[in-house]
Amino acid sequence: MFTADMLESIKKVEATREERMKTEPRRMTAEEKETLLKEYHPDYRADGFAEIKIGPNKGQKAPKELTDLLHSNSRLLKTPVDLSKVDYETDVLVIGGGGAGSSAAIEANEAGADVMIVTKLRIGDANTMMAEGGIQAADKENDSPVQHYLDAFGGGHFAARPELLRRLVMEAPDAIRWLNDLGVMFDKEEDGRMVTTHGGGTSRKRMHACKDYSGAEIMRNLRDEVLNRNIPVIEFTSAVELIKDDKGQVAGAVLLNMETGDYLVAKAKTVVIATGGAGRLHYQNFPTSNHYGATADGLVLGYRCGAPLLYQDTIQYHPTGVAYPSQLFGALVTEKVRSLGAMLVNKDGEAYAHPLETRDVSASAIIRECANGRGVDTPLGSGVWLDTPMIEILGGEGTIEKRIPAMMRMYLNYGIDMRKEPILVYPTLHYQNGGLEIGGDGFTKAIPNLLVAGEAVGGIHGRNRLMGNSLLDIIVFGRNAGKAAAAKAKSVELGAMNLDHIVSYAKELEEAGLATDAVSPLLLPKYARHER
Amino acid sequence: MSNLVNVYFFGKKYEVPGEMTIMTAMEYAGYTLSRGCGCRHGFCGACATIYRIKGDNTLRTCLACQKQVEDGMYVASIPFFPTDKRIYDINETKPTEKVMMELYPEIYSCIGCNACTNACTQDLNVMQYIAYAQRGEYEKCAEESFDCVACGCCSVRCPAEISHPMVGLLARRMVGKYIAPETEHLHTRVEEINKGAYDELIESIMQKPITEMKELYNTREIEK
Repeated sequence: MFTADMLESIKKVEATREERMKTEPRRMTAEEKETLLKEYHPDYRADGFAEIKIGPNKGQKAPKELTDLLHSNSRLLKTPVDLSKVDYETDVLVIGGGGAGSSAAIEANEAGADVMIVTKLRIGDANTMMAEGGIQAADKENDSPVQHYLDAFGGGHFAARPELLRRLVMEAPDAIRWLNDLGVMFDKEEDGRMVTTHGGGTSRKRMHACKDYSGAEIMRNLRDEVLNRNIPVIEFTSAVELIKDDKGQVAGAVLLNMETGDYLVAKAKTVVIATGGAGRLHYQNFPTSNHYGATADGLVLGYRCGAPLLYQDTIQYHPTGVAYPSQLFGALVTEKVRSLGAMLVNKDGEAYAHPLETRDVSASAIIRECANGRGVDTPLGSGVWLDTPMIEILGGEGTIEKRIPAMMRMYLNYGIDMRKEPILVYPTLHYQNGGLEIGGDGFTKAIPNLLVAGEAVGGIHGRNRLMGNSLLDIIVFGRNAGKAAAAKAKSVELGAMNLDHIVSYAKELEEAGLATDAVSPLLLPKYARHER
Repeated sequence: MSNLVNVYFFGKKYEVPGEMTIMTAMEYAGYTLSRGCGCRHGFCGACATIYRIKGDNTLRTCLACQKQVEDGMYVASIPFFPTDKRIYDINETKPTEKVMMELYPEIYSCIGCNACTNACTQDLNVMQYIAYAQRGEYEKCAEESFDCVACGCCSVRCPAEISHPMVGLLARRMVGKYIAPETEHLHTRVEEINKGAYDELIESIMQKPITEMKELYNTREIEK
């Protein structure tokens, strides 16, 4: 299904394959990487960002689209909701039904707390479900949590919060054991040893996987466990505002039934924000690998009631999103394709970089190739080749079907057999490195009974995240948040509930000259076309 | 706009670009989706869809996010299907043949019509994995059902009213928890960490100045 020009270029990829396979491309030096990032990484494009004018991060920059949402008002400002009519009352309210929210709910339930999940789509409609490549944990003899720490800290440009990264790496093996005991089917050798591979920027092979359905396999186990425990899951119901009390605590959330448009009140002693990422805001017009609901809602809710953000200006573009065919534009091609040996090759058949540099470096190098005429033209832009037939040569016939069946299926639907032909890729908006700031205990520093877990947290990974550390963080920080929220709920005494903070937020906006009728959180992307 | 085709969403005709998927074509037509739209990349099973091409009586199933529109396509999405998940305690449920009999006895009413397999949006051999479940062959059932996204198209078509995705899921959890071999290096590492074997080392690396961390990082040995 490739165009004639693409087929011409494939001939060059095939012609250089044998020679390329004899040597491993050189890794870049620290200086080379820095120069490349500054010139080509989207985080360095000043016109993609705007200054935040109010709130705890006032004066700092954020992607324009996020800034617009932070500069919007609550939809409840003009639609008062009677907080005295409480529809749900619980110890722990978890906002978000992905991997972090579900892990939190399971642990809170295990700790004996009353817990409920609200989610604007279905439980499991989340980026967790779509994570393909794997989950990191230093559990082999030649590895250690300290080595894991070093890889993640360096890969994140030495900006991760040490107390958060410590928890991530030290609790990683236990996270894998917990998942295994839930019933997650990890790829194992016959003797039980985990099958592990490299990811970009890892110094040890510590990527555990479940074929290329790693996140899906984890998510469906978590979802099944939530349901088995009879934890209430309120689907198609968004949290649109946090409720506070007169002691400066959170006291629950106002919910919106996405189908009837009715508002509901949930009262809770502790609240966990586990709303995930922001890919559907399409920063700098990038396509995204994210699920439909990834619209940064939790960041907006938290920020409006006073919780600061951290590293909100750093975004991860996954190097290998689908560039062609256009029906799959922006869909993720797992890094595992490169872990298994596929090289990145430009239009002329040249392996222009090591395939397993960190994601920010790898993405920047693809953008560089395409910006300088060494990419292959596609209907929606351009891309470089990911030389997938190499996997079958290296690992033997059948490796692709066994190790990355989802990728094979996705392409075969459109007549492309990645076992025989290379595929075209270009960076896709994948992950928000930043988010709400938390301490090592999982609580926000500004509000004593508000916790955050998963992609909505900032600071765990610094300014770039390694493959396999996000599936890990949703489990580690999700579990921690559930336990901590359950424990905290025992001592919380709620005062009078109010929404005063949305009024003062509106006033702040007005004083900054930003009076507006625009409302946030966004809840769903605006994809419907209403042109005539 | 190149190559426009006529499609019918819930019986109503719309003209849409032919290169679109059913999902993006619905949005092009003006729909704001909340039901029937999840990951948009073929992993979550939210967008189970039934369609028929004008002039052909065959009823087909697909994921709306993965399927390209065709001229004359009559499309109905399945916003929710009441799949019948049974509740169990994973710690009390052991992988015996009895488990399926107790939790999903309807699988033994399978009439072998193969409608489930024909309906599968992932091209899985669904009837085969149900047969494995009947016989208590959980590893085979798990392997055969592994790529299931639980869209429910199989269950919609099943005359025996089996909730196939739930059967596969139970088998996989049995395999993951009880049947797959134990991982010794994992248990060892968890115990080492619990005993504090890495406490001092991690404290020490956390305290190191950035310049030293850069040196350590840039010169670290990478496993081949």
